[in-house]
Amino acid sequence: MYEFILPNAWLIAFLPFLAAALIFLFVHRWPGISAGLSILSIAAACIFSIPLASAVFAEPGGAVFEYSMRWLQMPGLQVDMGLLLDPLTAVMLLVVTSIATLVQIYSLGYMEGDPGFASYYGYQSLFAASMLGLVMANNFGQMFVFWELVGICSYFLIGFWFGLDSAKNAAIKAFITNRVGDFGFLLGILFLQIIFGTLSFTALAHVIPGYQNVAVLIPVAILLFFGPMGKSAQFPLHGWLPDAMEGPTPVSALIHAATMVAAGVYLVARAFFIFASVPQAMTVIAVVGGFTALFAATIAITQNDIKRILAYSTLSQLGYMMMAMGIGAMTAGMFHLMTHAFFKSLLFLGAGSVIHAMHEEQNIWKMGNLSRKMPITTWTFIIGALALSGIPPLSGFWSKDEILLAAYSSGHIGLYVLGVVVAFMTAFYMFRLIFTAFYGSNTYGQEKAHENRGVITVPLVILAVAAVLVGFVNSPLMHHVFGEYVNSPLGIHPHPSIGIMVSSSLIAGAGILLAWLIYQKNVISHEALRQKFSGLYTLVQNKYYIDEIYTRLGEILVYGGARVMFWIDIHIVNGFVNGIAYLTGKSGDSLKYTEDGQVQSYAMYMMAGVLILVVLGAIAVESAVL
Amino acid sequence: MIGLPHYLLLGTIIFCIGIFGVLTRRNAVAVLMSVELMLNAVNINFVAANKYIAPDSAVGQLFSVFVIVVAAAEIAVGLALVISIYRQRGSVDLHDFNLLKW
Amino acid sequence: MLNLASVTLFDAVFIVIAGITITAALGVVLFRNIIYSALSLILAFLGAAAVYFQLNAGFLGVIQILVYAGAISVLIIFAIMLVMNRAAGETNLSSPRTREVFIGGTITAMMLTALMAVMGFTSWPLTGRPGPDNSPGLLAELMLGDYVIAFEAAAILLLVAVVGAIILAKGVENK
Repeated sequence: MYEFILPNAWLIAFLPFLAAALIFLFVHRWPGISAGLSILSIAAACIFSIPLASAVFAEPGGAVFEYSMRWLQMPGLQVDMGLLLDPLTAVMLLVVTSIATLVQIYSLGYMEGDPGFASYYGYQSLFAASMLGLVMANNFGQMFVFWELVGICSYFLIGFWFGLDSAKNAAIKAFITNRVGDFGFLLGILFLQIIFGTLSFTALAHVIPGYQNVAVLIPVAILLFFGPMGKSAQFPLHGWLPDAMEGPTPVSALIHAATMVAAGVYLVARAFFIFASVPQAMTVIAVVGGFTALFAATIAITQNDIKRILAYSTLSQLGYMMMAMGIGAMTAGMFHLMTHAFFKSLLFLGAGSVIHAMHEEQNIWKMGNLSRKMPITTWTFIIGALALSGIPPLSGFWSKDEILLAAYSSGHIGLYVLGVVVAFMTAFYMFRLIFTAFYGSNTYGQEKAHENRGVITVPLVILAVAAVLVGFVNSPLMHHVFGEYVNSPLGIHPHPSIGIMVSSSLIAGAGILLAWLIYQKNVISHEALRQKFSGLYTLVQNKYYIDEIYTRLGEILVYGGARVMFWIDIHIVNGFVNGIAYLTGKSGDSLKYTEDGQVQSYAMYMMAGVLILVVLGAIAVESAVL
Repeated sequence: MIGLPHYLLLGTIIFCIGIFGVLTRRNAVAVLMSVELMLNAVNINFVAANKYIAPDSAVGQLFSVFVIVVAAAEIAVGLALVISIYRQRGSVDLHDFNLLKW
Repeated sequence: MLNLASVTLFDAVFIVIAGITITAALGVVLFRNIIYSALSLILAFLGAAAVYFQLNAGFLGVIQILVYAGAISVLIIFAIMLVMNRAAGETNLSSPRTREVFIGGTITAMMLTALMAVMGFTSWPLTGRPGPDNSPGLLAELMLGDYVIAFEAAAILLLVAVVGAIILAKGVENK
């Protein structure tokens, strides 16, 4: 079995691609067949990932299989294409394929009756193929190709309901913001090629850690980090992720919670040897991540749209992951990526279930008491929220704890405190959501909603089970098995500390308690709070006006630049051309007097020319003689 | 004592006098006469070079013969033209022929 | 240039002939009466013929006298007579615009200087051998031997010139 799957691992990415091609070329007139083809391909990919992962995990410390073939050979440039299958890849494959399968099954119910049903599945397959290709790439160039592919699939899927202006604009915003990040990323890749002559991960991993000229690596590392900044929506390239919620909810679950946005974190892990060799870059990553986490958490507290709350929560957790990477805890960051994928997609699918049941209503204040009519959704959602808040023994507790532990034990006390504060806020806003939408005094939800069909609820249950269990692979109970495989020689490996564990659980519990007090028991009226801090509240609810600032900046640059260009065109370019015409006219005016019709004048000009020639000849002869 | 430079100098002086005549005379026939002077000066140069530089064959003199032939043909046609113009315009003053001006 | 101690007859003759020729040439361009210019031209031609004789080009000298001083000069005088439409003394004026004359004179002087400079700086490959034979046989051998094509072309040229001159001078009649 292993002998077949390992060299043919490219099938894992190819099968969904084949499905997408078939759907778009031939099958899109039959929605049922399209959906079936797509789900079959991703399920096959999921099944194939299992023996691959077991082959990789068979050896202690993880086996590494690399297959590559020469794709381009020119004097001075060689480009290889290949697959790199190590524990990091195996983990990502399992996560991506399993969640993608569940999301596609869920979409059967959610997207039912939509006229674009077949294209939706086509795009989903294309995205799955791109993401799987990304995680299996063995060099920067190949990864960049799939990176861009994933970006374009995100564009397609965000703007899926292209009749809506808001969806169109959100898709464009996502793609362009991504592009800005990719520009820096590409520059970094080019620098790597120029300096080291190769883009292969294994080759670079040998050359970079001992590289003397660290000063050259600093800009390279920071440029490379631009890619994850765009793809994983770190500040300041974060604005596209909340707007991406215009897409269908399963898309938000798959792409903007579990997989695509995690690609940036995956890149940092994959290229960890580069970042870890450049302490300045690590500081930048940690600070950017930590700031994003705090920034997004504050905004999430004030949002009223269920998907927006989850989007800002995703931003915040991505910041957590980046922060972990930045302080050197690569294992913790990847672990949190894995657990977050499961419980965040669970939360999004649950939200989708709610939205579908409430006939596309997304404002949490227009829901209420959904628990009465939608028990399965409610309970899976609560499990997801508890996991996100970091309540033991759910998965989120283990992974978030690992990050806080790494921050505390490596001396980054500031980041530790920041992490704790964000954990508190996370618990608070998630349970604000739960108490407002699923319980509470409104009865809108109770009136309108009803539980959804099995196609929707079964994935929710499966994900809930995963959200509970997945965390144990890196817990002390299983002796940190995850960390045995997914680690880096340059990362830090903190020892577990009971104190951190207990304190983080208590903080999370405090957040839940505060939310219960305010939103369920109305001990403190949220309205009163809002009035009291109205200025701050408006600022935060409007996302600190970042989008408006960017729009204004863009206007100034583009229109200002256009005005400058116009001035240059009118005065300098036109002036130049007109000047030439003027000169020509003036010289013509002056020279016309030489045409006087007198033969002897012409003879005189000719004679003058001959004279010049004779003088030149005299000079030549003289210099030859003397 | 008289050698090649002297003959060449003679030729040059006559050539330059001819140039002056071409550039400043008003009568068309006078211009043609000055052109004849220039051709003669060239002939003197050829023959002198033939004697002092390449005396083995008479190629210089032969060339002078051809120059004479061409000069004769040219002045014949030129004077015919002058007469024709005189018939048309009643004058051979070059300053009167300035139709091709700006 | 002129070493007065060793002046031979050859040199003296040359100096006299050169003086006459140059004076005649000046006369061609400076006389105000065009008849005088034409007569000076004849004298210049004769001077050139004398130079040819001195340079062992006897046949050429005779041709010069026959063609130039004979035919061409007569042709010129005929033409002068045909186009004389004002008093003889005013037929060969120089240009009334002094600026033109000045520029012409400058160009002439510069040309003279430049040519003299070139001549002075060139090292002529002089041979001390005696000059060519003073006979028409040499010329005839070349003319009808190596250069017969040029000879024939010159003949055709003369024919064309004669025909052309006749047509031009006769004018085209409007029937």
